[in-house]
Amino acid sequence: MQRQAEAVERARLAGERIHHFHGGLRLRHNKKISCEVPLERVPLPARLFVPLLQHAGSDLANALVQPGQAVLKGEPIGAYEFPDRGFVHAPTSGTIVAIENGPIAHPGGQAGMRVVIEPDGLERWTTLSPCPNWPGADPQDLLETMRRAGLVGLGGAVFPTSTKVQGAGAAGVHTLILNGAECEPYISCDEMLMREQAGKVIAGARILRRAVGAERAIIAIEDQMGVVEQVLKKALAASDAEHVEVVRVTTIYPEGGERQLIQVLTGLEVPSGGLPQDLGLLVQNVGTAAAAADAVIEGKPLIERVVTVSGNGVKRPRNLVALFGTPISALIEQCGGYEDDVQRLVLGGPMMGYALPTDAAPVIKAANCILALTAKDIQAPQPEMPCIRCGECARVCPAVLLPQTLHWQASNGQWDDARDSGLMDCIECGCCDFVCPSHIPLLDWFRHGKGMVRKRAAEQAAADLARQRFEAREERLARIKQDRKDRIAAKKRQMSESSESKKKVAEALERARKAREARSGGDDKQ
Amino acid sequence: MKPLPPSREFDTSGAPHFSPDVTVQRVMRDVLLALTPGIAACAWYFGPGVLVQIILAILFALGFEALMLRARGQPLRLYLPDLSAVVTAILFALCLPPLAPWWIALTGMLFAIVIAKHLFGGLGHNVFNPAMVGYVVCLVSFPREMTAWLPPVSLADASIGIGETLRAIFTGAAPGGLGWDAVTQATPLDTLKTGVDHGQTVSEIRSAPIFGDFGGLGWEWIANWFALGGLWLMWRRVISWHVPVATLGSVIALGLVAYVVDPGSSPSPLQHVFSGALVLGAFFIATDPVTGCTSTIGRLWFGAGVGVITLAIRRWGGYPDGVAFAVLIMNMAAPLIDRFTRPRVYGEQVGRND
Ligand code: SF4
Ligand code: SF4
Repeated sequence: MQRQAEAVERARLAGERIHHFHGGLRLRHNKKISCEVPLERVPLPARLFVPLLQHAGSDLANALVQPGQAVLKGEPIGAYEFPDRGFVHAPTSGTIVAIENGPIAHPGGQAGMRVVIEPDGLERWTTLSPCPNWPGADPQDLLETMRRAGLVGLGGAVFPTSTKVQGAGAAGVHTLILNGAECEPYISCDEMLMREQAGKVIAGARILRRAVGAERAIIAIEDQMGVVEQVLKKALAASDAEHVEVVRVTTIYPEGGERQLIQVLTGLEVPSGGLPQDLGLLVQNVGTAAAAADAVIEGKPLIERVVTVSGNGVKRPRNLVALFGTPISALIEQCGGYEDDVQRLVLGGPMMGYALPTDAAPVIKAANCILALTAKDIQAPQPEMPCIRCGECARVCPAVLLPQTLHWQASNGQWDDARDSGLMDCIECGCCDFVCPSHIPLLDWFRHGKGMVRKRAAEQAAADLARQRFEAREERLARIKQDRKDRIAAKKRQMSESSESKKKVAEALERARKAREARSGGDDKQ
Repeated sequence: MKPLPPSREFDTSGAPHFSPDVTVQRVMRDVLLALTPGIAACAWYFGPGVLVQIILAILFALGFEALMLRARGQPLRLYLPDLSAVVTAILFALCLPPLAPWWIALTGMLFAIVIAKHLFGGLGHNVFNPAMVGYVVCLVSFPREMTAWLPPVSLADASIGIGETLRAIFTGAAPGGLGWDAVTQATPLDTLKTGVDHGQTVSEIRSAPIFGDFGGLGWEWIANWFALGGLWLMWRRVISWHVPVATLGSVIALGLVAYVVDPGSSPSPLQHVFSGALVLGAFFIATDPVTGCTSTIGRLWFGAGVGVITLAIRRWGGYPDGVAFAVLIMNMAAPLIDRFTRPRVYGEQVGRND
């Protein structure tokens, strides 16, 4: 406990000094190509396909609408079973034409339920309910507004913002860190957002800071983001925001990872299995902050985001503002279409992203980047060789794991050993995979392995639960039996007791009678 | 409203979606390149026999490699060009006396490639350094042939040409029509050992012409060139600094202590470093990733172990040099060392007590 209090104190100095984290890679970051033209809006497509599955997990929102029904822009069309997950909203006004299965961009599968909307082109908003007087609003109201707006982390993890902020706030947070370091090569949506909507990002920082009850906010940006720093500082000076700072960090992959960023800013590690709030910190993506500003100040739900469309496989890379449900093919078209030698389409960055089987999949909340890569970029798949134990993977691993050992354990199915060696601390950054001279698909193994460990834990938990239930039932039955026995015994006792007492009563009566007789015999006149 | 463009299908694959151009073959190629200056120096000081041994060993190694891959049903096209067998062959050949008979290379490669490498599971699975297994087997089985070293060219009465070299290697005929005893000469380490065992002091022994400025004549320059190659490998990040620094560091530290305490029977630390196979071993043999440690702390222990055991064997063992034995012993200890030197995972608390 003492140690933790100390760590929380030290974490207050976040951003004073820039620290290092273990491993990591200096990658060619290829960001400029998508930052040359300003943000652009994707024109309203003829159809929007809004997936009901927007989160990384597998929990599906239930449709709140029916085919044929008219919807307004921003109206909820899907609600999650867990209310803290918020809603899925209609990105535009129009008519629901179908709720059907179709391609989605989700790591867990290629297809899922989608609400298909035919836009009417009028963009009629539903009644918006902003949070009045937000700089002085109650944190609970802010959180509720964010929840209703369907706000999730836009950095890629898509965890419900209100839940995260609430949990952190309850644990006590002194510093809010806005993560503007995206550091996967190619992705520049956060950079463009900060460049063009700095005011909104700062307003969002203040809202989130108020919602979590922190004293300070730090906006962390990369040292290679050029004008962003000045733009932010200018916007800061223009606003009446206090205790909001901009800190530059060196661009080393994967410092945009929450835990790495914390290490860079504070020199401290988030305890294994713990959360940043254990250090009194909360990390939010800058995109999330901007969305929080939209939700709280204007009452607008989360229905669109900035998406980087980049890579050598697309003609005119740029950053686009796209409504959720817009097919990726429409974004590519907006960027001049594919180059002839395009080979792979990736959702996310080149290190951690998921290859998409089709561009019919729509933009979702998690879609920070669409990458069209050419054969030259990805290279012919190299044959896998045995591990030569060169240790390169361990040298670059930011989680300080021994990937070769993990791989050995994983490929032998020793999931428990792998878990004990820290598999669950793997942040899936892909650094190890990137440098492996034997071309072992380490990242695939670890993603699969983490799934396996989770599944086994769930099975174990289910088995435990079943056992507990069984034991509880046995115990209950035993208790009932015992109870019955006790009761019978008690009754018997009672019965025997009662016969005894009857006897006593009889005796007493007898005594009384005798006494009476004796008295009446002695003094009849009474 | 814009009509929807037609959709397009793509092939998928796991992340990361790009990777630098590193391959096992490239790593091995770098090692070979780094060995070149040392090999050239060897050939310069000890004649063309060095190169003949290397070529012989490579041919045998590739032959056995192909045979074993075929026998184990592994794709030849994938594994044969990975150059790992070639590296093994060269490291082995560099430990041979230049005029050793051809069947030494054959035996050595048989044990190195067939037994130490493939019977343990092939590339990446071998426990012992194959080159050192081959060398030690030959040294123990054929002590006479394995210790028949030539003097450096500058000390020899007459230089031995390529024809005589080949004849000696393939027919066993000593060059120049002389007896073998007349051509061969003990190595500096040999001389030291027998001298010290006979009660001579190191400075007396060192007045012999086979000694150079700080190591053996010729040997010291070969060591320098190997070190140069090794440094280049470090700069290329093919090997990390830990093993060579720990190996050489422990030899120098321990050698210095012995030298200060007992200068009569202990050679100077530099003498240790610059004779025998120590530099080659420190940069190229003990750094073999497959049979070494993987954690950085583990690598320091591994290197230090190699250094200490080498010195111990040179001082008390039955052989003048001990690098090969030291490496094999540390190979055995490597898994254990790795186990005790696992780095602390990010976020894992040291001595968590709250
Ligand atoms: S980088 Fe690849 S070959 Fe090297 S130790 Fe790691 S897994 Fe093995
Ligand atoms: S993917 Fe996992 S094991 Fe590999 S470098 Fe990243 S954190 Fe380490």
